[in-house]
Amino acid sequence: MHSTDEDKLARLMTAAVDGDETAYAEFLRCAGAIIRGFARRKLAEGAVVGPEDIVQETLLAIHAKRHTWRRSEPILPWIFTITRYKVVDVFRRNGKRIFVDVETFAEELAAPEPTEPVLGERQMQAALGSLSEGQRRVVHAIAVEGRTIPETAAAFNMKEPAVRVAFHRGLAALAARFGRQT
Amino acid sequence: MNTDDLIRTLSADAGLQRPSPTASLLVALPLALVAAAVFLVLTLGVRADLAAALGTLRFPFKFVVTLSLLASALMVFRHALYPVDSAHPGWPWLLLAPAVLGLGIIAELIATPAPGWQMLAQGKNALLCLTMIPAFGAIPLGLMLWVLRQGAPLRPGLAGIGAGLVAGAIAATFYAMHCPDDSPFFLATWYIPAIGLLAAAGGVLGRVLARW
Repeated sequence: MHSTDEDKLARLMTAAVDGDETAYAEFLRCAGAIIRGFARRKLAEGAVVGPEDIVQETLLAIHAKRHTWRRSEPILPWIFTITRYKVVDVFRRNGKRIFVDVETFAEELAAPEPTEPVLGERQMQAALGSLSEGQRRVVHAIAVEGRTIPETAAAFNMKEPAVRVAFHRGLAALAARFGRQT
Repeated sequence: MNTDDLIRTLSADAGLQRPSPTASLLVALPLALVAAAVFLVLTLGVRADLAAALGTLRFPFKFVVTLSLLASALMVFRHALYPVDSAHPGWPWLLLAPAVLGLGIIAELIATPAPGWQMLAQGKNALLCLTMIPAFGAIPLGLMLWVLRQGAPLRPGLAGIGAGLVAGAIAATFYAMHCPDDSPFFLATWYIPAIGLLAAAGGVLGRVLARW
């Protein structure tokens, strides 16, 4: 199963790097399912953070650091390493230490997504508040209101590339903010 | 925000891809070299007897030491930019420059009489060395930390030390063009702590700035 995951994820990410949004969404869903399966088992015993926290924080980190994946390199180990880093990070922020063995990833099965929201509304608003006005309204329109990039461009009378850049920078700032919370 | 919304949000940002950490390093490295060179020219300048010094053994040997440190530090630093667990992290390469320096020290012990050793180690410009190498390295360190922030270091503190060693090697290379003290004893006594200061600063700043 893992070699097919590997091929599929690498193919999707390669397409995503070239700007294919559909492939990228599919990549994030697959990666999210693998991370969720891992997090569920690891965090089973009354953990202070839920598995979905780990999934979302890790997807944000994968997104912010996707330029550190090299096409010549297998992608599953890259995903696992980022996941482990974020698990340790999330636990450290919650005042706990955790030891994560990367080998245990190999035994994981992907898990389906639950429907409950995780990145809380308050947390999200606080994070959005740290952005510049231009970035904030663009990120809000796309992330919270669910608009597409062309819709957002039309709504704010901006050019699409400008929306993309503002959105990109805003997301990077959000990811950095989540990484730095102490 | 549930995970589906998050994925939809992130995927809208697929098109913009940042340059790889290696590409950032390839931009920052020449800038760091130029910054240190300009600093040297504007402050201390190259030593007056450069041509004569190039004909000696000890003066060129300083660059063998600093450039072997630069090469190995760059290798280790570049590796630390990626979130890869590797069986070969490359840290042992950092022993290269100390080993080269060690050979130089042995040669110096053989070539010079014992009563002169202390003077060779003390040199003429110890304090200048201790202050100017960190000063030369400040801008290169800033540039390497910028590169580090582009990467995804698994150990930001250690990676920051790598950034400091790159900056220290660059600074030492240019400072050595001015410095009149050429003995390997002097390198061991003063260059090492001066580079160590940059490495320590890199480690502290890396922990703060390069977490992700």
